[in-house]
Amino acid sequence: MRATAPAEPVRTSAADPAPFIRIDGVSKYFGTFRAVENVSLEIRKGEIFALLGGSGCGKTTLLRMLAGFEDPTKGRIFIDGQDMTGVPAYDRPVNMMFQSYALFPHMSVEKNVGYGLKHERMSDAERKDRVREMLELVQLSQFAHRKPHQISGGQRQRVALARALARQPKLLLLDEPLAALDKKLREHTQFELMDIQHKTGTTFIVVTHDQEEAMILSDRMAVMDKGEVRQVGSPTEIYEYPTNRFVAGFIGSINFAEATVASISGDLAEVEVPSFGGRMTARAVPGLAPGQALTLAVRPEKLAISRERPAAGNAVRGVVSDVGYFGKDSLYKVRLPSGAVLSAHSANARRAAEAERVATWEDEVWLCFDPTAAILLTG
Amino acid sequence: MNRRPVFLMSVLAFGFAFFYVPILSMIVFSFNNARLATVWGGFSTKWYAKLFSNDQVLEAAWLSVRIALTSATVATILGTMAGIALARFKRFRGRTFFSGLVTAPLIMPEVITGISTLIFFILISNLLEAAFGWKTQRGFTTITIAHITFSLTFVTAIIQSRLRDADIAVEEAAMDLGSRPWQVMKDITLPIISPAILSGWLLAFTISLDDVVITSFTTGPGSTTLPILIWSKVKLGVTPDINALATITVCVVGLGVIIAGVVLSRAERRRDLDAQMAYRANE
Repeated sequence: MRATAPAEPVRTSAADPAPFIRIDGVSKYFGTFRAVENVSLEIRKGEIFALLGGSGCGKTTLLRMLAGFEDPTKGRIFIDGQDMTGVPAYDRPVNMMFQSYALFPHMSVEKNVGYGLKHERMSDAERKDRVREMLELVQLSQFAHRKPHQISGGQRQRVALARALARQPKLLLLDEPLAALDKKLREHTQFELMDIQHKTGTTFIVVTHDQEEAMILSDRMAVMDKGEVRQVGSPTEIYEYPTNRFVAGFIGSINFAEATVASISGDLAEVEVPSFGGRMTARAVPGLAPGQALTLAVRPEKLAISRERPAAGNAVRGVVSDVGYFGKDSLYKVRLPSGAVLSAHSANARRAAEAERVATWEDEVWLCFDPTAAILLTG
Repeated sequence: MNRRPVFLMSVLAFGFAFFYVPILSMIVFSFNNARLATVWGGFSTKWYAKLFSNDQVLEAAWLSVRIALTSATVATILGTMAGIALARFKRFRGRTFFSGLVTAPLIMPEVITGISTLIFFILISNLLEAAFGWKTQRGFTTITIAHITFSLTFVTAIIQSRLRDADIAVEEAAMDLGSRPWQVMKDITLPIISPAILSGWLLAFTISLDDVVITSFTTGPGSTTLPILIWSKVKLGVTPDINALATITVCVVGLGVIIAGVVLSRAERRRDLDAQMAYRANE
């Protein structure tokens, strides 16, 4: 973990005094392949924590170690203060919702949801009540007697959720919970999932490759790459204050430029950006020294496009080489004299005909950004 | 312009004729009134009556059924266990070797298997006699053991391929919900592979019932199975009562196949229908 303090603390991601789940220096090797490399995370009680990364980044392996399907090669996992080393999957206070849902094909919806309860010490009446309660929670009461192949994909997803929640686990693991749903259903289900988490108060760890899903669902998230955690923070921290080039580039779109530190004064730094053709001002990050090479990054929506040179802030001049009209906003590709191409997103707040818009092909424009919008990346 | 279908249809017809005309002619001749098996002499069911009054035939049939039932059941239990071990226990030492050992009899010439099994039984029998003075004879037990050995291979292959297609996450889910490995086996794995177990059993039963080669190596005096009996009778010439016996066998096997097929396809169709209804209801 290389999280450095964000320049502007939105919400601290420093360790809680007593984290609910502690992943302590965990590594997992399959032969010579390092699936997970020295990961340490602390997850609070009742939060939705997302593990975000591309395929093969180790997020699923980490989840399977939490569930008890894989043993860490190194390191330890604590859940609610209890060391999970050597505790088999069936004895952990953890339940998992599988990506394939893994419903039992030969059992009805009701039997699926109630399956985990047969190992709990409770009366038949209590068991029945719990199943009914769970089916109500996911709004599937009328499908109780159907088999999994007799219900739709979205309903199967909810059965899987109800089954995983039925034992009231301390921690619920969700492996790509929405990946198998179509786009419309996914948006709806996202909010439903958050609502259910709110009602039950269960701690959720969600594995996803979908950055939007992670942003919307999670309170905090860890961005993973090649088995390592690259940054941990709230969605805002991750998006607005990435600490390294990988995280900045993985989440959303962004413009990168090579830069060199010229001077530092207070919390502002002057950096020389050759491709922008001059000096830019950016908010400093800790540990900068003059002459240091780093990356300047600006998100497209932070670049304001105008015909006249703006009075204040960083400004770069260029020619519009491409325009993409999305309706609610437009994407401008602007070629700078250095040959670099910057993307700028501009909201179409006013209704305007094509000719009346701020810029079009081959127009000379200024791109302007505030020093606070410029991100300096040393990693 | 319509030449292609005509050509294809005639090839198909020829193929089917090649398969089924011999069987049909056998069935027809089993109702032949003449002594000669291949010359028609009017309709009669006397060969069937003769068959059912022939103690030798009935005894052989009963022995064959007993051997097939026992060996199919034991082979299914052992083969299921081996199939699960090969498909689910991922990286255990000597897995490839074990897998090879189990599947090797599939490609081993039956004669070789027969001879080696015979030698093995002779060795064991000599040992038992030397150690305990216990005289043993080849018969039901040795035939059954030999049949278990080779039908085990088929059952293992069926179970293994069924499990390879099955979603392992379903078993993990059961474990995640608090089931110990043996409970997962009982609640999830076995119910899911039960059709494969059933078809494995049926296959083991069938190959045991009609085996000649290995049985002839491992049988002893007084233990004649039905296929061996037919074989030895045919050596003296094909008689109409053999036709009758074969016809009964074909009918029994055919009926079983038809019933199994109807049951399976009906279950399949019902599942498809249910799934369609579910999707329509949720649109």
